[in-house]
Amino acid sequence: MMKITICIGSSCHLKGSRQIVGELQKLVAENQLGDKIELAGQFCMGNCQNGVCVTVDGEAFSLTPETTRAFFEKDVLPRL
Amino acid sequence: MQLFDTYVQKLKYKVLREVSRHAYEGTLQDCYLDIPKLISPGPKSELRCCIYKERAIVAERVKIAMGGNKEKPNVIEVIDIACDECPVSGYRVGPDCRGCIAHRCASVCPRGAITFDANHHATIDPDKCINCGKCASVCPYSAIQNHVRPCERACKVKAITQGENHVAHIDDSKCIACGACVYQCPFGAIQDKSFLLDAIRLIRESENNQKYRVYAVVAPSISSQFVHVKVGQVITALKHLGFFTVIEAALGADMVAYKEAQELAEKGFLTSSCCPAFVSYIEKSFPSIREHVSHNLSPMAEMGRYIKQTDPTAKVVFIGPCTAKKGEAQRECVKEHVDCALTFEEVQAWIDSRDLDLQTLEVGVLDNASYFGRIFARSGGLSDSVAQALKEQKIDFIVNPVVCDGIEECRVALLKKQKNLLKENFVEGMACTGGCIGGAGCLTHGPKDKSEVDKYGHEAYEKTIADALALWQQK
Repeated sequence: MMKITICIGSSCHLKGSRQIVGELQKLVAENQLGDKIELAGQFCMGNCQNGVCVTVDGEAFSLTPETTRAFFEKDVLPRL
Repeated sequence: MQLFDTYVQKLKYKVLREVSRHAYEGTLQDCYLDIPKLISPGPKSELRCCIYKERAIVAERVKIAMGGNKEKPNVIEVIDIACDECPVSGYRVGPDCRGCIAHRCASVCPRGAITFDANHHATIDPDKCINCGKCASVCPYSAIQNHVRPCERACKVKAITQGENHVAHIDDSKCIACGACVYQCPFGAIQDKSFLLDAIRLIRESENNQKYRVYAVVAPSISSQFVHVKVGQVITALKHLGFFTVIEAALGADMVAYKEAQELAEKGFLTSSCCPAFVSYIEKSFPSIREHVSHNLSPMAEMGRYIKQTDPTAKVVFIGPCTAKKGEAQRECVKEHVDCALTFEEVQAWIDSRDLDLQTLEVGVLDNASYFGRIFARSGGLSDSVAQALKEQKIDFIVNPVVCDGIEECRVALLKKQKNLLKENFVEGMACTGGCIGGAGCLTHGPKDKSEVDKYGHEAYEKTIADALALWQQK
């Protein structure tokens, strides 16, 4: 099971973490990966300047709502 | 710059600030007995009959600032020697008595306690008077008044009486720890125990949040507090104090609104469980209604639980306006979620003990909750949020709330419920007048507090509860 953790602290929240959560939930459903990917939240990852902070099994990424689909295709799907 | 409403608050603040300073310097155990002299340097007394009594009382305040009497579970304590033992008790005839010839006062008095002096003025024999108040109600000049002690008047649940030697006594079987007496006693003789040292210890032992992370959960009533600076500057200060991050308790309120809507629709009648003083009032004074209390945790506890789900070794410190939250944090079902509860008063003292200048700090961000979570801070907000949560979840149930603003309105609704006369299906109970913004642990109380809460609510990035709860999975 892959774990994608999205920062839902104040700073990332204001930069669009909720939209990223929504986009990822949609992509997981579209690709029928609900049993392979777990989405989780965390309050602050200590890297607010580079938010929105997201980790995939511990590896850090910096996303915006617009780059989420590309991230999913490039950095998530190949790891499965 | 006026930081507080009263000098009693300021005195409490000074004590807390010094206790915090010594805690950081590691000198508290050696130096706590020096604090009274620092605060009341003398040689003349400024507040009491002599400098020695003044310092002795400050010493008692130091003890309470350090956690108070651990043997007593109530978070509200009387400082016996600070109590003025005010003699103002019972009905008295004031100077407005005209010495009229109708003598209605004497006619209605059931005990013959009223006589007339040489100037025809009424006088009441305190030994005969039973405080029924009939004389006051019939006097055409309203010259008879009931002089009640400020603590007894503040305590609407009648937990305070005169104990031994006329010192105020709190009946713990009635006290709901709302803190009204703490705020109203003109001599500061009733105080709320502080757990500031616990919070400082949690942060220091975290070793810069390396061993575990310490989260601050801040109540939405912060919007009416720290009026000289921006809320974001207080958030930055909390991070300087060593908190890993700061989160809105209002997000917990969003969760509670969702769950409360479901529970209400399922059961058909509920009383709210957000206000710990209101819950305590039902438990102590209306046990027959206990089954109707919502089974939800409070927003504070719900938020603590969620944080610990995302970070299992997390420690959670709640910061709010409430003295009763200190007791709630110690309850069996809450203490696993919240490690310690502080008031805004205590946080102001903590910030100043570290010489942080709020006005020059950068403005941080705090935005986790929706408009609806944030308006829990004022009376009526919880009911609005439950109605919204029913709508958002498409639950076919109409909430008909009775919004109880203050513990006296709570009592009326609960009495009606007890007699099956209550037509509403949801009791929103807030012990403090105005809601949490009227809490005893607030720095200041003002007429604009409610509009400040609404303004803060509208500033929330998320406009619906569902959006604020996008990643939350109800458990």
